[in-house]
Amino acid sequence: MTLGIEAFGAYVPIYRLKRQEIARAWSTGAPPGEKSVANFDEDTITMAVAAAMDCLHATDIGTIDGCYFATNSSPFTEKQGAALIATALNLRREVSTIDFTDSLRCGTTAMKCAFDAVKAGSSNKILLVVAESRLGAPRSEFEQSCGDGAVAFLIGNERPVVVVKASYTHGDEIFDVWKGNKEEFLRTHEDRFVLTQGYFANVQEAVSKIMERQKVTNNDFAKVCIYGPDSRRHRELVKKLGFDLKTQVQDQLLNEVGNTGASLALMMLVSALEQSQPNDKILLASYGSGCDAFIFETTPEIGRVKGRLGIEGHLASKRYLASYEKYIMFRQLMVTDAGRRPYLVSSPTVLWRDRKWVLGFSATRCLDCGRLFFPPQRVCYYCRSKDNFEYVPLAKRQGTIYSFTKDNLAQCPDPPEVFATVHLDDVRVFCRMTDRDPDNISIGMPVEMTFRRIHEGGGYPNYFWKCMPMRKTADAVKESK
Amino acid sequence: MNPGAIRDKVSIIGMGCTRFGENWYENVDDMIIDAAYEAYDDAGIGPDDIEAAWCGTVFSGARGTFLSQPLKFRNLPITRVENACGTGIEVLRNAVHAVACGVYDVVMAMGAEKLKDSGLSGLPDGEMHPVYGQGGTAPGRWALAATRYFTAKNISTEQAKLALAKIAVKNHHNGALAPKAHFQKEITLEQALSAPIIAWPLGLFDCCPTTDGAACAIICPTSMAKKYRDDYVLIKGFGLAVGPGWGKEDFDYNYEYLPETKAAAKQAYEQAGIKNPREELSLANVHDCFTIAELMEYEALGLTDDPIRDIEEGTFTLEGALPVNPDGGLKAFGHPIAATGLRMNYETYKQIQGKAQLPERQLKDVTLGLSMPQGGHPGRLLPAISILGRRED
Repeated sequence: MTLGIEAFGAYVPIYRLKRQEIARAWSTGAPPGEKSVANFDEDTITMAVAAAMDCLHATDIGTIDGCYFATNSSPFTEKQGAALIATALNLRREVSTIDFTDSLRCGTTAMKCAFDAVKAGSSNKILLVVAESRLGAPRSEFEQSCGDGAVAFLIGNERPVVVVKASYTHGDEIFDVWKGNKEEFLRTHEDRFVLTQGYFANVQEAVSKIMERQKVTNNDFAKVCIYGPDSRRHRELVKKLGFDLKTQVQDQLLNEVGNTGASLALMMLVSALEQSQPNDKILLASYGSGCDAFIFETTPEIGRVKGRLGIEGHLASKRYLASYEKYIMFRQLMVTDAGRRPYLVSSPTVLWRDRKWVLGFSATRCLDCGRLFFPPQRVCYYCRSKDNFEYVPLAKRQGTIYSFTKDNLAQCPDPPEVFATVHLDDVRVFCRMTDRDPDNISIGMPVEMTFRRIHEGGGYPNYFWKCMPMRKTADAVKESK
Repeated sequence: MNPGAIRDKVSIIGMGCTRFGENWYENVDDMIIDAAYEAYDDAGIGPDDIEAAWCGTVFSGARGTFLSQPLKFRNLPITRVENACGTGIEVLRNAVHAVACGVYDVVMAMGAEKLKDSGLSGLPDGEMHPVYGQGGTAPGRWALAATRYFTAKNISTEQAKLALAKIAVKNHHNGALAPKAHFQKEITLEQALSAPIIAWPLGLFDCCPTTDGAACAIICPTSMAKKYRDDYVLIKGFGLAVGPGWGKEDFDYNYEYLPETKAAAKQAYEQAGIKNPREELSLANVHDCFTIAELMEYEALGLTDDPIRDIEEGTFTLEGALPVNPDGGLKAFGHPIAATGLRMNYETYKQIQGKAQLPERQLKDVTLGLSMPQGGHPGRLLPAISILGRRED
């Protein structure tokens, strides 16, 4: 059986908030570590696109015929994320787009469906992206624990780097952690009940059944990636299951990233794959309204692909949010002064008509003189040839800052708004800059492109591309150690 | 283009200009009325003498009724024109062409803008695309040019900020002497240098204000001008260069000079018969929406090949060899967009007539004056130029 994962990638936002800083705001004790925080212009859609780009950096996207998106924190309750993500990635039109949601295990459920679709032959290669940015109420434990992050996998049966040996799933009904459709924040029931009857019971059942059916023992696994709501409960569970904490159990990154919900176990899987040797057996188990479990085995191809940055590279590249107040503002949990600038307007018509460059970030290349234009132009600025062009996607290009300004007058939740003209090889792009340190911007600075929210004119997110300082690659991180 | 077709054919016989500023007590109609009636009085005519009119505004109204309603013009041919910050020159240019071809004799050109009712910091947003370019600001767009310009010319941040501050100090000094200016207050170099940053590298005093105001010209064929006054002022020529608006995106555009401005100046100098603008012009009113704009325009208009040196030497001060923005410019006189071009011509007109309100600001022997407001921002400019001249007969 060659069904498995052909490529993988991840995304962790650049911002971290120290748990001590949250504790400072509420005069409470601080849990250890820090959590990742999506920038004000990020959400699960943008993080999914970033993780997908990390995963697909060396893939021919023309072969992809499925795009599955899993999250519990989509910016929309009715409007598909997968179709938007597929458009931003320039996937071809005949792609099966599906959103999976409403469960902590929706990521692994989507993975199961992707395996099944490839196995059944209805799809050849499926891009699976799982992103999460769950919101805990201010002063809640969720606020301390929840982090933001995304993972992406390319599921296929051609050249997998890890094959799926077995899968198991069951559903269960329990009010453990939930959010009603009129509620803004996560809710939970009394924790002993949730742990004993929900988390422990379900995961133990799933893990023991899949191992029993596959006739494998604890010692067969090189790595065990199991969801856990926090480190203490996670430790307690893997102890019950009899795995060795030091050698087998994949770190949950709770002190570096936090609980990324539906992404968590899959982010652990990516972490495990980044360090795997050929023929390693890996156990994966999620939790939420039941449990999904998988047994994977890496192939000799495992060293062949990895995310451009992956978990390791994204963890190594971070900046601290200056204050809890800034976090509260990023998540729009506090009403702040909007300033006296013109209202930002939007138009679904324009966003739709221009989706090829607004979402897909494609320039046009004049087929007569070869010059590139962004935004696309029908009449060539240089040779005036008319309607003779091809589209050229720019999202993967890296470039340099040609000029910039730090604008304090422009509306921005995190001023100054940085506007820049950027050279991406042979095309100039005018855009905003994000994830930047205002004191550290210069002409000639290397940048890459990232899909972000620009504003919420019209009452909905308006997405477009921004430039940002280059985040280091995993290889570069290793070298600098 | 026939460069000689316009020169000296048409003259200005009357002008009016409101006090520029935060005109809380006047609406745009009030300002139109005040500018028009000052111009009527100046020309010694009344509303019934007007045969046609061109009016301009960018944000404060639309169509010919913008002018006919407050002034009670009955069934005249009136056209509203709009060409961003160049609108004030554009109303005059269109009116002059109509008079020059002989269709009308006495024509009004009016520009008016009411910005202070919007309650906004800065201008309303003209960009309509939901994401591309939306949310940008005028200082931000000029700041992109400043950042690149100073880096490319190897001018240090300190040197650059000082040169820009000197322009701001000069224009505030000039504005302090101009009774109708928005800001009539001197500033110090230190104030300018330590002001809060609006859009790096531009600080507060590098930016012009948003202002209310109106300005008006009444023109007629030069052959008839003597009938109205002896000190009528001749129209020498115009320039208007609307660029393709692609500089921000053009890979080859380098922000080091203003190609549209240079092109508009070439047209205007040809029409006016000017060979050496630095020597021949008595004054220049340029578009100092931001100090970086004035700095780059010195070069684009052919007034210098080393703006930093000339700023240091005081060439463009009231006492200098070629006063630039003698009334304070947009920086201190204010910038009610569509009124600005006519306000600039008002300054030249009064200086030529020797009626510059205060003796301290009256320039000597004024023969030729240039006015250049320009719409847009570097890479997407539309400079409009007019040149007025003194009667030499």
